[in-house]
Amino acid sequence: MAGYDKKKLLYYINAVSFAVDDSKLFLDTHPDNKEALEYFDNYNKARNRALNEYAACFGPLTIATAVCDRSYEWANQPWPWEMEG
Amino acid sequence: MWNYEKRLQYPVKIKQTNAKLAKVIITQFGGPDGELAASMRYLSQRYDMPYREIMGLLTDIGTEELAHMEMICTIVHQLTRNLTPEQIVAEGFQDYYVDHTLGVWPMAASGSPFTSNYFQSKGDPITNLVEDMAAEQKARTTYDNILRLVKEPDVCEPIKFLREREIVHFQRFGEGLRRVQDQLDSKNFYAFNPSFDTNGRCQR
Repeated sequence: MAGYDKKKLLYYINAVSFAVDDSKLFLDTHPDNKEALEYFDNYNKARNRALNEYAACFGPLTIATAVCDRSYEWANQPWPWEMEG
Repeated sequence: MWNYEKRLQYPVKIKQTNAKLAKVIITQFGGPDGELAASMRYLSQRYDMPYREIMGLLTDIGTEELAHMEMICTIVHQLTRNLTPEQIVAEGFQDYYVDHTLGVWPMAASGSPFTSNYFQSKGDPITNLVEDMAAEQKARTTYDNILRLVKEPDVCEPIKFLREREIVHFQRFGEGLRRVQDQLDSKNFYAFNPSFDTNGRCQR
């Protein structure tokens, strides 16, 4: 768990999530494209790993990855529209 | 069913407030070519779309538009946070302030409230997809118009990201339209409405 920079990990999550969002739309209209499917699968796995790492270190970005052994961080941590978010 | 993700699709951190700019950018929240209308248009059009991959496309783009709406609202909020009454008057924000204080409310820059008249759900796949392509271009033009008025990099960068997504969505809807037409009569795409004239037969 040590060694992660909160800002850098969020930046990484934004980047791999964008790759997932964009390739998902491409696959909607090119469902048989093997290269796109592989690209999507790689980034989707990387994204899920990073979301779990972020939740364990800094609190959850999604309810599915929430770790509830500390406190109820979901609502009490900054929201994305805040300057601290 | 939807789940929320506690981050913006592209980060927004605006250091300097600017109520004049907020009054322009709010149009991409509740204006005629804004993100709220875009999301409601695509999510409404899904139900009678007779092709499953286009249902997917409308769902995924309609969902992404909600994330864009959140980015626009964040820009408006950060441009107006902590304004003093003096700044509100100096920056010409008093007409908005008197109705909404510093709350974010869906309206067009030219003053009209959000309305579902901004979009159509026509019950015809070709009609809907052509509307969707036009909607993406109208939003792209609006972002181009905004970018001529904005010089601040912390406002420009998220707006440029949103503008680029309009172009990608236009491309994807064009591909969706082609996939629909590939399944129709190439001599007359309008021979029948595949959402209506098929007696419930599945087109998938």
